[in-house]
Amino acid sequence: MAERYIARSKAIAARMVGGEMMVMSAVDSTFFTLNEVASAIWQAADGRTPLAEIVAGKVCQEFDVDPEQAQRGANRFVDELSQHGILLVSDQPLIDSSPSPERP
Amino acid sequence: MTTTLPTIAREAVSIEIGGMAISLRTQDPSFHRLIENRYTGFVGTSPDSRLKFDIDLREPSESSVDDDLEVKMEHGEWLLKRGDFRASWNPETSRGRIRQSCNPYAIDCVLRIVHSLVLARQGGFLVHAASAIRGGKAFLFSGVSGAGKTTISRLAPPDATLLTDEISYVRREGNRYIACGTPFAGELARVGENCSAPLSAFFLLEKGLQNRIEPIGPSEAIQRLLRNILFFAHDPELVKLVFQSACEFASLVPIHRLVFVPDQRVWDIIR
Repeated sequence: MAERYIARSKAIAARMVGGEMMVMSAVDSTFFTLNEVASAIWQAADGRTPLAEIVAGKVCQEFDVDPEQAQRGANRFVDELSQHGILLVSDQPLIDSSPSPERP
Repeated sequence: MTTTLPTIAREAVSIEIGGMAISLRTQDPSFHRLIENRYTGFVGTSPDSRLKFDIDLREPSESSVDDDLEVKMEHGEWLLKRGDFRASWNPETSRGRIRQSCNPYAIDCVLRIVHSLVLARQGGFLVHAASAIRGGKAFLFSGVSGAGKTTISRLAPPDATLLTDEISYVRREGNRYIACGTPFAGELARVGENCSAPLSAFFLLEKGLQNRIEPIGPSEAIQRLLRNILFFAHDPELVKLVFQSACEFASLVPIHRLVFVPDQRVWDIIR
């Protein structure tokens, strides 16, 4: 299976509040509250690190989850956010996307 | 010999909401009176209105207030369009033009949109909420239609000053928020008082079997606040600003769920 690279869209607003990452699409105003695992993936979405590496290196290291289950969950999460243009997905590194750090 | 071409003088009326005056000029005396009557208490005398709109009246068309509203920025101008009006507004010159039929709903809608656009850049917003001042403190009661905004307004004790039963005006001043009265009325059909006070609490209304105030988490508070903020423009930059404003607001103003029965005693627990 081809690698998936993910990057945060610039057309979003996001903020960490009370340990949860809140993300809103600036295009269609869709609103998401991300749990800890989803927030970890979100913050690691730099366009250069493959999703599989994020799952193995971040999610499985920081949270007690089965690797296969974590990968399936990560794929679903990425699919859903990409449908709203909140995450950009490619089988090539998204080098031009340089997401700015989220405000605390 | 010189001749003077006949001109029709446009009469201006200034509507001041939230401390911002908008001058409306019309050459139709009856529409001028309609505006003055509708916005009683909000008609200003200051000649220094920040924004100025010329109103051109047209015959009513078949399209109506139920048509989709469109608000977009094009070539440096905001364009506002609904079945019963078309308006443009240039933020650089602060001048605009409204073309509408002789009805109060169109001008009401334009005023709401213009205020929401201006407030978005200042960290404030218009929100679906009733609001009132009591003991020098302002309280907002927010909810969708049917949540109880008009009910809680009707139940307000005599020492409470009603700012609105439908659309509240929230302005940011440093690290605090000010609630201002608006002429935008709901079922109560009564314009609010044109005054303001520091905002003390924001309640999300929910009808129940007893009166109680419940805490809610910050992300739910922000999400529900955003649902009730009036914002019309399809403009990604402004959407981001409104999101950040909602987050800032939630960090500075207590947001609670207010479960209440339609009974005056609910006001005993509002502090």
